[in-house]
Parts: sequence; structure tokens; C-alpha cells
Amino acid sequence: MKADIQERSGAAGAAHALSDRVIGDVLLSVENVSLAFGGVKAISDVSFDIRKGEIRAIIGPNGAGKTSMLNVINGFYHPNEGTITFKGTRRRDMRPYIAASQGISRTFQNLALFKGMTTLDNIMAGRALKMRRGLLWQALHWGPALAEEIRHREAVEKIIDFLEIQHIRKAPVGKLPYGLQKRVELGRALAMEPELLLLDEPMAGMNLEEKKDMSRYILTVNDQLGTTVALIEHDMGVVMDISDRVVVLEYGRKIADGTPEEVQRNQRVIDAYLGISH
Amino acid sequence: MLYREAGQFKTSYAADMAIFPIRQDRIALLLLLAFAFVGIPLLAHFQLWPLGSDYMLRAILIPFLILALAAIGVNILVGYCGQISLGSGAFMAIGAYSAYKFGTGVHIPLEFIGSEIAIPPLPVLPSILLGGLMAAIVGILFGIPSLRIKGLYLAVATLAAQFFFDWVFLRVQWFTNYAPSGSVNAPDLVFFGYFVHSPIERYLLCLIFVTVFALIAKNLVRGNIGRQWMAIRDMDIAAELMGIRPLYAKLTAFAVSSFIVGVAGALWAFVYLGSWEPLAFSIDRSLQLLFMVIIGGLGSILGSFLGAAFILILPIMLDQVPHALGIPISVETVSLLVFVVTGSLICYLLIVEPHGFARLWAIAKEKLRLWPFPY
Amino acid sequence: MLVFGQFLEVLIGGLLAGVLYSLVALGFVLIFKASGVFNFAQGAMVLLAGLALVRSLDFLAARGVPTWAAILLALLFAAIVMAITAALIQKLVLGPLVNQSDLSLFMATIGITFVLEGAGQMLFGSDVYPLSLFPTDAWFILDSVFDGGILVNKLDVWGGLIAGALVAGLAIFFQRTKTGRALRAVADDHAAAESVGIPITWIWFVVWLVAGLVALVAATVWGTKLGVQFSIVFLALKALPVLIIGGFTSVPGAIVGGLIVGAGEKIAEVYLGQHIGGGIEYWFAYVLALAVLLVRPQGLFGERIIERI
Repeated sequence: MKADIQERSGAAGAAHALSDRVIGDVLLSVENVSLAFGGVKAISDVSFDIRKGEIRAIIGPNGAGKTSMLNVINGFYHPNEGTITFKGTRRRDMRPYIAASQGISRTFQNLALFKGMTTLDNIMAGRALKMRRGLLWQALHWGPALAEEIRHREAVEKIIDFLEIQHIRKAPVGKLPYGLQKRVELGRALAMEPELLLLDEPMAGMNLEEKKDMSRYILTVNDQLGTTVALIEHDMGVVMDISDRVVVLEYGRKIADGTPEEVQRNQRVIDAYLGISH
Repeated sequence: MLYREAGQFKTSYAADMAIFPIRQDRIALLLLLAFAFVGIPLLAHFQLWPLGSDYMLRAILIPFLILALAAIGVNILVGYCGQISLGSGAFMAIGAYSAYKFGTGVHIPLEFIGSEIAIPPLPVLPSILLGGLMAAIVGILFGIPSLRIKGLYLAVATLAAQFFFDWVFLRVQWFTNYAPSGSVNAPDLVFFGYFVHSPIERYLLCLIFVTVFALIAKNLVRGNIGRQWMAIRDMDIAAELMGIRPLYAKLTAFAVSSFIVGVAGALWAFVYLGSWEPLAFSIDRSLQLLFMVIIGGLGSILGSFLGAAFILILPIMLDQVPHALGIPISVETVSLLVFVVTGSLICYLLIVEPHGFARLWAIAKEKLRLWPFPY
Repeated sequence: MLVFGQFLEVLIGGLLAGVLYSLVALGFVLIFKASGVFNFAQGAMVLLAGLALVRSLDFLAARGVPTWAAILLALLFAAIVMAITAALIQKLVLGPLVNQSDLSLFMATIGITFVLEGAGQMLFGSDVYPLSLFPTDAWFILDSVFDGGILVNKLDVWGGLIAGALVAGLAIFFQRTKTGRALRAVADDHAAAESVGIPITWIWFVVWLVAGLVALVAATVWGTKLGVQFSIVFLALKALPVLIIGGFTSVPGAIVGGLIVGAGEKIAEVYLGQHIGGGIEYWFAYVLALAVLLVRPQGLFGERIIERI
């Protein structure tokens, strides 16, 4: 897979593999986070951190609490215990608006595109946070509002070029094939120019070609923009090849944390995937 | 063949974002506007068919324009932002009665601080706009629950608004300036010194209002706020996680929608009815507006016009067509038939084309692009 | 003692009126519980049932059929009409729309409302038709405790008894019978229910039929109270606050909600109405529902909605 990625993504992959990216300090960390729904404990006392500039994978069998963890980071769920520290500020829980405005963006496991809008509008919606002009100027669609709209359109077009989706710009997203929808969702997340990009199973349901493309996009974004990426993924090949560090969850608990090689050799992780309970 | 985009290249994003990017559409719109602003008044002035008598203007075109405006307002809230509202009639009433009070002078004694609020009668245009503003303020208030309650539950909240204001305008006689009969007369329509009186003049007045507000609405829905509204409608959780504030998006939708509906209400009362009672704005009106928006197309400005035209023309057609065919049909049966046809059409459209007439129109245009070739 | 007596009278009157609202609300709960669809047309169904009933009753009575037989035949006729209606609704509207959003289904029921209102009146006439299946006179109870007794309307009492019987019957139906269980499965997840072999179209037909019969029962009581006429449709709208307060999916909730709305309305009208002018009944229920919504969005007995992403 690694060789494939290098071959397909050319310069980006090779550069990433040789990697003179700087992995910096801790950008986000969760400390002793627990989350329960009624009687069901989704997450129990999990702590890990994500360093600036790295690609951090979160893996584990189904029901391990991975998506719940991302939801906590986003502020959609509020943990019962524990804290979240983002960019130095420690919080009891995150709020969606704060997460978004401080630079966290996200894709979703089951796709959360705006089905009633076109590709272009979906990605433009990702710029909403950055668009400041008031209602009155927008009502005139002239002057400052128009200039702002054009400026953001230019930024969005760069993303469309990058993700090679020019041909479906004006297509309603509901009608697109699954792989393209996932790409549009990535575009929408990128439109926010995030510092931390949370990807929930971005390659689910994709064939090998699509996975290569998606990996290439993620690597390029990480390499050239310095975007920190946290990704939930089931394809072990992908995880081992593109991530810098991995955290493994099982039944809501952290059972391993380290480089891909370390985690791959960890007996508890192997047992978890083989279904041997502890 | 006629309707091809070939050769029309956009060289700027602004051109690509235009309301009518295709040249043929622009020409068609200009022709339509020319006909509306010049053609119809000329026909009416010389009493040529179909404007031989006042009927067409007074009973069809004027109500069509005003209801289309109201439908645009409702579409913004229901179609673009996805917040269901069964209370639009009440907002029309708020617009109408507020405009009436501003037009006849507002006097509120405030005994507890030994003072009063006294505003002299305002000219008609500011009164109407202030009527819209009052509706917008109430709209925001009733929109606040929408942050916690969604869908059906919100529908009930809007019903609360509808029935509550029905009662307010009936009981609180201050709104009708203590008129013994409970019905009120609109003030004279004087705009910038010009006295608007004849049907042609009223028609042009409504046309101006509708054109301006339709343009404003279209600008809003294709811009940032429009995308925020649609994002909330489609996936409000994802929208929030992207930094779109549901509070701001929903309340602006309520505000803008209620403002437009309020202005439409004021126009309905002042320009169309002349004198009115609270019944003009009851739940029937709310449902009628909702139907216009569903049939015409949710989330489409054009759809608002199509839906309004259809709902208005339907009873007339159901009345005229049997007569033309020689089948006797009573007034009552006509009104019952309207019920049946409207209801059936809604069900049919929901099954076959949930996006209403506007989508059917868009599909027709797509086919027109290929015409006369089959594919 | 006099004031308390008066209060009790208003309260009991309100509670009993509330039970009548519950009768209509029960139809909603049934359909919502079994298919997740909010049936705006329930009120129109009450009208249709009422019209079918009263017109056939008058028809038969005019031909000299003895009263007891006329009533039974008329009820049967109305039941058949409701069955046909249920079948048509299922086949023509709900079947094709089965995969659409809740909002679409809700709007379809608004469309159905209009069709039923129009067609019903076209078929059976649009006057006010008095119905007298129950005694409607006054009854004075507790006259040993309160001077002159407390005024209670016999019709309201009948309505209460019928509602009670209906609730008990429905509760047994849902909990104990195979069809009832199937209905609950379908409401939870219709694709899953289908995959275990539950015939969805049949189930939904049954649901709408039962709702139609509930509407018929409601029509007998309300028709006696108000006469069968078009404005009965607005009862449906009054049932909405009942459902909000009680929760959309709860049969006991419909009863409790009805009691609260009925009593609340009457008390507000009598005691508050003195100060701000009459007609409070018109909107009080809705404002009360709004208040409940703000505090407890799922109603008193409804299920808590947890959103997932």
C-alpha cells in the first residue's frame, strides 16, 4: 500500500514518507474523559493527545467509542468526566461553535452533507464562519457582500481543483455516487481551513482507487498546509501507512497508544481484533 | 436549439453567480417585466382583453401579487430554513394592524411613569414598513422556541401564535381604534404625494413592492445567509459543528420571513381589501400560504409565484370550466371541489415531484435545452 | 363553600370536556405510535365518520326502521366508509410515500384532510346535522354536600366512560395481541419489521382503520354535543396541544393531556377571562402547550429524543 501511495501521489507521498515535517507540541489532549448514555458507558477514562502537524489514527473494533470520542472533541457530546485541552485552554467540555471557530472541522461516518444543495454550495457553506458581511449588504448582493462572496468563491474553487471535483460543481449532492459525496464532505471540512481535521472513516465503502486518492488528499493537506489530522479508520493498511501515531480503543477504554509498529505488535490489540475479551 | 447555452462563457465568478446566468433566461425575464410594468397597464387603460374590465386587475392580479409576496416570506422560513409554520396568517395580521396603527397615530399612556408614547400618524410607506418590522419582532419572539423544538412541535407553537393573535385583534379594541363594528378602513394611499387610487395604480404599487422584495429575497437566499438557512434545514447538527450558529440562522429566517409576510399583510389590508376584519388572516390563510409554497416548490422563489398563481386561479377555473362546458355547478360545490383538488394535488405532487412546480419548470427547461433533439 | 362548589363545577366540566378531546387525540396517538406519521387528517376523519353516521341514520329513520336497528346499521355503514377510506389512503397516498421524510408524510396528511373534507361534504352534504345518541341533559350531583348540587352534563359523563373503555381496549390491543406487537415493531423501524416478515401495508391499513373507528366513536360523542358539522374539523387542531402535553406516543398521555387541557381551558376562561375579556379558550391550550414544550420538549409521557450523528 505504501508503495502504491507513493507511486500514485508522486511527490506528496514520497515527501511524506521521508518526512521532514515538523511535529510540534500538543495541539489537543483529552484527559480522563468518560461519557455515558443512560446506563451505557461509551467512553471510560480515556486520555490521549494529538500533536500539531501529525496524523493520529483512532482505531478499534466496532462500538469502541471512536465516533463518540470525536463527538466529544467537537462539542456535540459533553463528557460526564474529564477535560479537553485545545490550544492550551483546558475545558470541561467543548462547545460546537468554539470548536469550529478555533479551527476544528470534521467529516462524518454516515455522511452529513446538505442534500438540498449543490457541491459548490455545500463547500461554500463551510466558509460561513469566515463571512462577515451583514444581512443588509447581502440583500443588495453588491459592494462589500459581493466582493466577499467572490473572494470566498475563489478559495473554494482552489479546494474544488485540489479534490478534482470541478465536473460536479453544480450537481445536487444527493445525486452523486457515494465516493464523490465523501470527497465533497472532505472539501467542506477543508473549506474551514482547519488546524485540526477530524475524519470519521473517510475511506469507508471505497475501492482501492478511491482509497489511494483519499489518502493522497489527506497526506497533501497534512504536508503542505500543516493541518493536523485525527482519523478513525478500519483499513489497517491505510492506518499503518499514513499515520504517525495510533490510539486503540476497545469498549470505551484505551488499550494502546504509540506508533503504528508498536501498536501492531501489541498483544491486547491483536486480541481485541480477534474478539478475545479481557 | 433556441435555448442553448453554447457559446455563453462566464469569465468571472460574479457572472457565474448571477440570478439568470443563461442569456435566454435574462431576455425572457426582461420581456416579462416589460409586459408586467408596461403591457398590462396599457391593456387595462385601453380596456383590451383580457383586461376588459376591472375584474382581472382587482380580483386576480392584485391578490396574486400580494399573496406571492407572502408566499416568498413563508418559503424563506419553511422552504429554505425548514422551520414549519402554521401561523403565517397571524403575521399578516400583525403587519396589517400595526401599519394601521402607525398610519392613524399611536397613543399609549404610561401611567406608571406619568408619561406616554405618542406618535403622530405616519405616511403610508413608513407605516407599511413599520408593520413589517413589528411582524419581524414578533417573529423573532416566536422563533426562539425553535431552538429547542423542531418539526411538528414547532408547528404547534406557530399555531399558538395564530390563535393567540386571532384573539388579540378581536378583543383588544385598541388595534381597531375602538371601532364599534370591529372592522377597520385603510388610510388613503398617498405615496410621495401621489394618490394611489385606481386599480391600475394599485396594481403597479403592488408590482413595485413585489419586484423589490423578490429581488432582496433572491439575493439573500443565494448568499451566505441563504446557505446557512439551507444547511440548518438539511442537517442542523452538521451545520452547527461547522460553526453556523443555529440561533442566528433560525432567528434571521423568522425575522426576514415575518417581515415580508407582515408587509404583505399590510398591502393585503390597505391595497386589496380596503377594509377588513381579523377573519381575513385566520388559519385558513396560513394553510393557503403553506399550500402555495408546497405546490409551487419549497426552497424556490419562482415556486412561490407559481404556487400563488395556481391556488388563486384554481377556484376560478373550477368555476368557469364547467360553465363553459355547460355543466351546472353550484358555488358551494365549487368550493368543495377546490378542497378536493387542492388536497389531491398536494398528495400527488408529494409523491411524484416533492419539489413542486418549480422543479417541473426546471425539468421543462432542461428538455428545452435539448429540443428539438431527443437527447 | 359556594365558591368552592362553583370551582368544582367548572373543574369537573373541564375535566369531562378534556376527556372528549382525548377521544380525538387517541386517534392521533394510534397512528403516530404505529407509523410515525402525524395524521393532520384525524379531525377530517371525525367529520367523515360523523357525516356517514348521521346521514345514514336519518335515511333509515325516515324509512321507518326501528331506532335501535337504525343506529346499528348506521354505525356499520359508517365503519365501512372508514374502512374504505383507510384502504384508499394506504394505497394511494401512504404506500407511495413510505420512504419519504416525516415532513412529507405530514404534509400529505394535510392534503388528505382537504380531500376528506371536500369529498365528505360533497357525498353527504354540508349542513349541520344534529345527532342524539346520548342523553344531553343536566344532572345534579353531590347535592347533599353543595347547595343545589353540582351541574354535570350527562353527555360528558358518557364521553368519559367511553373514552375509558377505549383506552383500556387499546392498551390491551397494543400490549397483548400479536397485531399490536407488530404495530409497535413497525413504528420503531419499518424496514426492520418488513425484513422479519411483518406485512407493512396490511399493518398500516389496520392502523388507519382503527384510527377511523376511534374517529367514529369520537364523532358519536362530539356529534351529539355540537351537531355534525364542518367545524368539527377544528377539533383536530385542539387535539394538538393535548398531544404535546401528553406526548405523541402515549395512550395514557392522551388522556392526561386531555384532562389538563380541558380543565385548564375552562378554569382560565372563567377565572382569567373576567379580567382580560372572554374567548381565552380559543388560545389557552396552545400557549399552555408551548410552555410545556419549552420546559419538556417530549411532553409529560413521551419518549426522550436522543439525536445521533
